[in-house]
Amino acid sequence: MLQIQANTLDYRALNEKIRSAREDCLITDCLGQRFIADGLQDHTVTIEGTPGNALGAYLDGAEITVRGNAQDAVGDTMNDGRIIICGNVGDAVGYAMRGGEIYIKGNAGYRAGVHMKAYETKQPILVIGGRVGSFAGEYQAGGTILVLGLHTDGKPISGFFPCTGMHGGKMIFRGDVSGIVFPQQTTSHKLTAADMPELRPLITRFCALFGYRAEPLLADTYTVITPDSSNPYHQLYVAN
Amino acid sequence: MKKEGQIRIPSGCAISAVISKEGRRMTGEKIIESMIPMHDRSNGLGGGFAAYGIYPEHADLFAFHLFFEDEEARHTFEKLLKESFEIYDAEAIPIRIIEEITDIPLIWRYFAAPLPSVLRRQQLDEKELVVRTVTRVNSTLRGTHIFSCGKNMGAFKAVGYPEDVGRFYRLEEYEAYSWTAHGRYPTNTPGWWGGAHPFALLDYSVVHNGEISSYDTNRRYMEMFGYRCNLQTDTEVITYMADYLLRREGLSLRETASVIAAPFWSTIDKLAEKDSQQAEQLTYLRKVYPSLLITGPFSIILGFTGGLMALNDRLKLRSMVVASKDDKVFIASEESAIRVMEPNAENVYAPMGGEPIIIHVKEGAY
Amino acid sequence: MAIDYIFPTYEVVRDPNRCTVCRICETQCSHQVHRYDAGSGQMLCDEARCVDCLRCVSFCPTHALKIKKNDCAFRQNANWSQKSIEEIYKQASSSGVLLSSMGNPQAYPVYWDKILINASQVTNPSIDPLREPMETKVFLGKKPSSIQRNPDGSLCTSLAPQLTLSMPVLFSAMSYGSISYPAHASLARAAQVMGTYYNTGEGGLHEDFYGYGENTIVQVASGRFGVHTKYLNAGAAIEVKMGQGAKPGIGGHLPGMKIVGDVAKTRMVPEGSDAISPAPHHDIYSIEDLRQLVFSLKEATQYQKPIIVKVAAVHNIAAIASGIARSGADIIAIDGFRGGTGAAPTRIRDNVGIPIELALAAVDQRLRDEGIRNRVSIIAGGSIRSSADVIKAVALGADACCIATAALLAMGCHLCRTCQSGSCSWGIATQRPELTARLDPQIGAQRLVSLLTAWQHEIKEFMGGMGINSIEALCGNRAMLRGIGLTQKELDILGILHAGE
Repeated sequence: MLQIQANTLDYRALNEKIRSAREDCLITDCLGQRFIADGLQDHTVTIEGTPGNALGAYLDGAEITVRGNAQDAVGDTMNDGRIIICGNVGDAVGYAMRGGEIYIKGNAGYRAGVHMKAYETKQPILVIGGRVGSFAGEYQAGGTILVLGLHTDGKPISGFFPCTGMHGGKMIFRGDVSGIVFPQQTTSHKLTAADMPELRPLITRFCALFGYRAEPLLADTYTVITPDSSNPYHQLYVAN
Repeated sequence: MKKEGQIRIPSGCAISAVISKEGRRMTGEKIIESMIPMHDRSNGLGGGFAAYGIYPEHADLFAFHLFFEDEEARHTFEKLLKESFEIYDAEAIPIRIIEEITDIPLIWRYFAAPLPSVLRRQQLDEKELVVRTVTRVNSTLRGTHIFSCGKNMGAFKAVGYPEDVGRFYRLEEYEAYSWTAHGRYPTNTPGWWGGAHPFALLDYSVVHNGEISSYDTNRRYMEMFGYRCNLQTDTEVITYMADYLLRREGLSLRETASVIAAPFWSTIDKLAEKDSQQAEQLTYLRKVYPSLLITGPFSIILGFTGGLMALNDRLKLRSMVVASKDDKVFIASEESAIRVMEPNAENVYAPMGGEPIIIHVKEGAY
Repeated sequence: MAIDYIFPTYEVVRDPNRCTVCRICETQCSHQVHRYDAGSGQMLCDEARCVDCLRCVSFCPTHALKIKKNDCAFRQNANWSQKSIEEIYKQASSSGVLLSSMGNPQAYPVYWDKILINASQVTNPSIDPLREPMETKVFLGKKPSSIQRNPDGSLCTSLAPQLTLSMPVLFSAMSYGSISYPAHASLARAAQVMGTYYNTGEGGLHEDFYGYGENTIVQVASGRFGVHTKYLNAGAAIEVKMGQGAKPGIGGHLPGMKIVGDVAKTRMVPEGSDAISPAPHHDIYSIEDLRQLVFSLKEATQYQKPIIVKVAAVHNIAAIASGIARSGADIIAIDGFRGGTGAAPTRIRDNVGIPIELALAAVDQRLRDEGIRNRVSIIAGGSIRSSADVIKAVALGADACCIATAALLAMGCHLCRTCQSGSCSWGIATQRPELTARLDPQIGAQRLVSLLTAWQHEIKEFMGGMGINSIEALCGNRAMLRGIGLTQKELDILGILHAGE
């Protein structure tokens, strides 16, 4: 394990150290350095402190754990790998994510999972333990977003306008979603036994990572949001 | 009709220079004479000289040479200069009234030094302060033009044939270790003396023969760095380029020549087979300073404290001849001009296009 | 319904004396215009389907065909043209958004055609390009603000990554999906032969073309289709698409029916599902976000690739360009309002954006006013139609021009503007295998190379005429241009004098 003390390093120097490391890295005293592990394909990076924006953008197989909060654009255009945040994240987590997994213990900000997409074996997963802000899952084209709502501050599990432009994949909310307005081009159904095989590993993994008991969560009620038809966006065009 | 500076007046010309490597002082007679056989290269609408080492008693002071339209302009200038400089001496530049030179403005020189308090306050070195002051004066002050601003050197120019201009300024009374001269053939009547050559900024002076096709590319790049091409002449922008590359960017004379007269790619590729490091340096300079490449015919002589550099465009579309005798090196557009200065000149040769000729005066001799 | 009837735009005129009923027109037409009528033994046609692609005209062995504008007409009306009337009919019957292809065809001023070029005479010589070297090589990328020296005094020659072009022209972005596989193959090959670049557009990079990586610019658009580290590292540069001239401010939508086979695979979108590119990048909401994206790409590719930011020419393009130049981007690509597209809403295409000539002049001048012109190179596009346009663009301040419509024309496009139908008879803007087979990439590449070679010779002639023997001395050289028939304001914005001055 290579320990890197980040407090004297700018992001460029820090990232060069991580890239050239032949082993897993532990970064201490991280404070705002951006672009950590962007495009990284192997090894595990553990971060103590607060990493800067665009953590793990274009991630391509490596695993990142943050013992604390992360900022905006975590896992932007991620292709493969795992990101584990033992805290909250800022806005635009998992933008255009195509593969891999992001597990967040706490809350996510606005525009979580925008334009997430799936292709054949690449099925991205975004699991958020707390609540999400507005515009979650906008333009979602594939993959799964699971929001557990385990936050305790009393705020609603989702902000406004979730799933606008959704045309693929699914978004799953735990508990009562009656207060949320979903767009017309989506449809929702209560979780059934048929959905469980997909949900179970996500919950089990979440609980294992962050120290929750799985049984109560597995027994809870969930609502699944999916697009209404495979091509809901029939903005009508006429050839001219 | 528009004044020079309001429109661009291309011109062709004659140039010559002489320098003593030992620093031996020469009067202006020889350089004036060198322009006579080249009389037909000019049309009498501009002539000028630059001289180095002429103010030894004020060697540490900046010598500002100015044209004023009237006394009011001069008083305004003096007030402005006093804001940042201490004036040690000021006088009208001695002239000889001759019938060939007419429409004479007020011609003055000021010997001044920047006030240390101003340099500290503005956090500038003295050269940068002078450049900014000159730019400001020449861009904004009515009827005022600083045409020389170096230490222990001066430019002298007017509308007229160079040999007449030399007599007008009584250059036989000056002693310099280095002289350059220029005769102009502009294609329109310039309204003003300022457009004649040489163009001078600090101790850089440029006399130039030719008309560059890259002018507007060069100008629009230089004006990014605070220079103002008020006269719209090739010589002006070339002088700014020299100041920028040498003083501000810290390039050597040879490197500067490799920027403004950069070798062709085919030449660099061939050189790469023998000396890849040199080829890499030349490629780098072309990549970094593309807007400072000069295209079009040119022969320039760049004067500076302690030396001269002569340079042709890389197609060598203008003539230039170099010769030497004892401690003196001669450069001119025509061999005859050199022979006038030194009938027994030796090692007469024409430098290649793009090949800089750099002459330094012995250290300590200037 | 009669109220819906819009008379055909074109008439197919067949010379019966020449027609030999060989039925080639029937096989070649991809819009089912021609058919053989067994009863009469003659060729019939459904001219309502004709789009004036001229495929049948070109292939008829006896040249028996011509396509004419149908002279059935509305009453003459300078305000309500035939087009504006028919567009109302289309919308009244469909409630649809009008969708068109290729660039703005309306009669706005073309400033290229009002600019004249200088030649040297008498006071300054022209140069003979046949005899003397004429250099058209261009480097695109960030230049340093000051030089560094090695300990031994020599210049430190490390530079931000640069693109090297043999001439100031490259191919603009056209996605695989909007154009066919052989069209991409032709562009890639031609770029390699000529020593310039082509651009993947937002369709990703087909794995067959990774071998052309050194001549490829990979695009990162808002949808991020096919964007992963292998893709980012495959090309010579990365272009962040913020907008395009044909449809500034709005996104893109490739309908599910075009997402088939390799197109789906390259974009990594399941077959049949739509590929939607949102209008903004949803992770860029402010200029500092762009800086963040630019540097995330640099970090992910270890600073090996120049980053291009492509924007549409809009009203405050000068301020936008200044922001981009300060964001760490190495190159700015500006796309004027005449830029082409596979499909865009007609109204956006025809009414939004500004001409590239004015945008380019404004951007170049603004960057110089701010002292930052050397931080970025500028690529101009959006209807560059000839080498004369290239010369004028370079003199206005572009480091290079990019072409798309001109490239398609070289490959056989006849500008019928029906790309959005997916039935391009020339095999270019289609994915139907029987049509794409019509474009032989060897021939396509050859024709592109010929076009660029011809332009390069013409560029050298222009340069020689001006007395310039290295293209960099023309960049921003406004004094080499004069306007003709332009207002003072137009001249001021272009930064050129009027002819005669």
